[in-house]
Amino acid sequence: MKKDFDKDALSDMYKDKFLAPENEIRFVNAPDGSIIEVNPLDDYFCQERPKELKPRKGVVEKFLNWARAESLWVLGFGTGCGSIEIPPLSTPRFDMYRFGVQMRATPRQSNVFIISGYLSVKTLKRAIRSYEQMPSPKYIIALGSCTINGGMYWDSYNTINRLDHYLPVDVYIAGCMPRPEALLAGFGKLKELIKEGKAEKANEYIQNLDWYKANQKKIIKDWNMPDYNW
Amino acid sequence: MFTINNDRSKFPELDDAGNALIDLTSHKYLKLWQGPQHPGVTGNMSLELTVTGDEIVESKTHVGYLHRGFEKLMERRTFIQCFPTCIRLCVAEPDPNEYLLSSCVEELAGIEVPETAQWLRMLALEMARLQVLLRQVPGQAGTFALGLGYQWGNYIRDLILDRFEELTGGRVYHMYILPGGVRGLLPNGFKNRLEENLKLVDEFLPNVWDLIYTNSVFKKRAKGLAVIPKEWIDQYGIYGPAARAAGIMRDVRKTHPYLFYSEIDFEPFTTDESDVFARSLVRWHDLKMTVDIIRQILAKMPEKGDIKAPTPNVMHWKIPKGETYVKCESSRGEYGMYLVTDGSDKPRRVNLKGPSYTHATSVLEKLLVNANIADTAAIMVSLATCPPEIER
Amino acid sequence: MKQLVEIIQNHFPINDIDLRKKSLAFISIHQNQAIPLLEWLKTTHGYTAFVLLTAVDWIEENRFQLTYLISNPENFTELGVRVFIDREKAEMVSAHHLWKSIWVYQRELKEMFGINFPDSPRVNESFILEGWDTIPPYRRDFDTKQYSEETYFPRPGRSTNDPAKHMKSKLYPKD
Repeated sequence: MKKDFDKDALSDMYKDKFLAPENEIRFVNAPDGSIIEVNPLDDYFCQERPKELKPRKGVVEKFLNWARAESLWVLGFGTGCGSIEIPPLSTPRFDMYRFGVQMRATPRQSNVFIISGYLSVKTLKRAIRSYEQMPSPKYIIALGSCTINGGMYWDSYNTINRLDHYLPVDVYIAGCMPRPEALLAGFGKLKELIKEGKAEKANEYIQNLDWYKANQKKIIKDWNMPDYNW
Repeated sequence: MFTINNDRSKFPELDDAGNALIDLTSHKYLKLWQGPQHPGVTGNMSLELTVTGDEIVESKTHVGYLHRGFEKLMERRTFIQCFPTCIRLCVAEPDPNEYLLSSCVEELAGIEVPETAQWLRMLALEMARLQVLLRQVPGQAGTFALGLGYQWGNYIRDLILDRFEELTGGRVYHMYILPGGVRGLLPNGFKNRLEENLKLVDEFLPNVWDLIYTNSVFKKRAKGLAVIPKEWIDQYGIYGPAARAAGIMRDVRKTHPYLFYSEIDFEPFTTDESDVFARSLVRWHDLKMTVDIIRQILAKMPEKGDIKAPTPNVMHWKIPKGETYVKCESSRGEYGMYLVTDGSDKPRRVNLKGPSYTHATSVLEKLLVNANIADTAAIMVSLATCPPEIER
Repeated sequence: MKQLVEIIQNHFPINDIDLRKKSLAFISIHQNQAIPLLEWLKTTHGYTAFVLLTAVDWIEENRFQLTYLISNPENFTELGVRVFIDREKAEMVSAHHLWKSIWVYQRELKEMFGINFPDSPRVNESFILEGWDTIPPYRRDFDTKQYSEETYFPRPGRSTNDPAKHMKSKLYPKD
């Protein structure tokens, strides 16, 4: 579904935000004496808008969804206090490996992002960057009440209240803090959604990219990256 | 072997203030960011490293990824509402936060805590220390990619969390210590079940010794790494295990006995090497000592008794104007709280001072110079950095 | 503690003495004398360890209170030195030459309270916040709830009850 908002008013407000000094064109002296032009926006980033990952038809999509559901690789980025319950998950008592869930070190290798608790504005910027670097299909599990309505920190000046205004959330796990069993149940729910073909939030993010970007730029004051990081 | 302040001839020149003069366009140096993902058992914090080859020439700590503005939030909450907020400061070891806030409030309001409650507080604090050390001791080896001990430790830690659940109802956040006392007595059979878990820790200790401290790779990499000189202890503010590894006795339980620690027989381990290996060794001995202290507490504490002193109605509890500083020993070192009240029902200012405040900023920045990139995580973990303490 | 405070009284003009506990006392001193006092205590009385530096905003009196807490590792005592500075012209002499860790506190105070410490290393770099453009958040006149409601998107449905009224209506509905 497409979200409606006044696009012009917002984009005027945040137009020049990502042109930080480090993103301007600069000239570098190479060791052999030649001068190289560096344009960070073209050289380091891809400026093209992301494309949706269209579902395939029939049994192929079913097979792909089954495969996706059985190997959820989680990005090892503990964003808040909820990350303390992730090490117990990997020990024999809860053993997430039996569900095909395992931790990965970089965004390029993972397809599940656990937002484990409150996000301060400074972390939100890094979380967006990590999320956008993950290859599709990708899913977000939001852990704890602070991602739902702010939780304990509903009146704090530095933590966001609703995660779904900044990143698309597939599964919420309520609690402060949720137990490892709740996390496993959340993974179970995510698997169900994937197998039914309903975990399409990453596509929704791309459809509503302008709305999400406007929300993100409203609070991230020094936006020094391109609109979409690949 | 690596030592502090060794020959810097191939490294950048220093200006008068001791800062490195680094010219990034000279192609000799590279900026490398580590974090804010967790490198091991620490929290979200990032290090801006300037490297040449794989040696670090300058490092800067960047914090603020976990800032929630606790001190501001507590200024607009009543004293009893502060408790659930305050304990979420440090997720690894929440109990010292509860203890500090309640003892600050008790001190300013003039409340005497009953004896049984004080013993129960000690038990909760020591159990919290036990569960942290069960992660931290093998976690140090984990930074050198020896992950097995971490699995063992986490398994036993989980059983300790079960005991916490039985005692307080919460697995991670307990809210057990309240102003005036604690929330409940020990459940039936609690002592026996805790004793069974302690026996597992007893078995774990020699195993982890064999796994880590006799491992030649661990010895080779950790010995002589990131030595803290004795003079730094006061100058930089180094507390707890890091100070004890340098041969200086810093343990609030010994120097300023609070609760009933004066009745417990314990002797914190000190050593002189002051490197990563020594700090890890101090933590191993701390773990052993904690088990011993818990056994002593269980043997000495009264079975029954008053657990909560009467307090006024907490909904509109006004505390007279004053200020105080209370400290206790957390697993990382001296942990203190400075509370200012102005006679209203809300605190005027709360300030928490954890050892990471100095460990992870000025000390870490200094220790990382001349270390290798691969040792960064080990040095961070050996100082037990906990970023929420810095930014709160 | 009492003897120490008496000795300090002979050398420095201090007031507002608060002997809080056996091992803790608070004293107040004028802004210009604070750093010399800290230096004197450090060199002659063994107060070599620095515990914390923080500020309290007394907005009614239009001044900030800075608290320097120092401790003596030999006899395990702590002394809090209070300094009051003007809220309009919030500036204090830096003490980074005395202890190596103090610049971090000063950097935090600059960011969170807007108290300036000229000459302190890296004092103008942002420490905790990123791109903050309103008044420093720890000042009393900054309303965190209002800021949060305006900036972030509060989820509808959160209701607030006055605890006293709520309990009365639950327990004694007839009154």
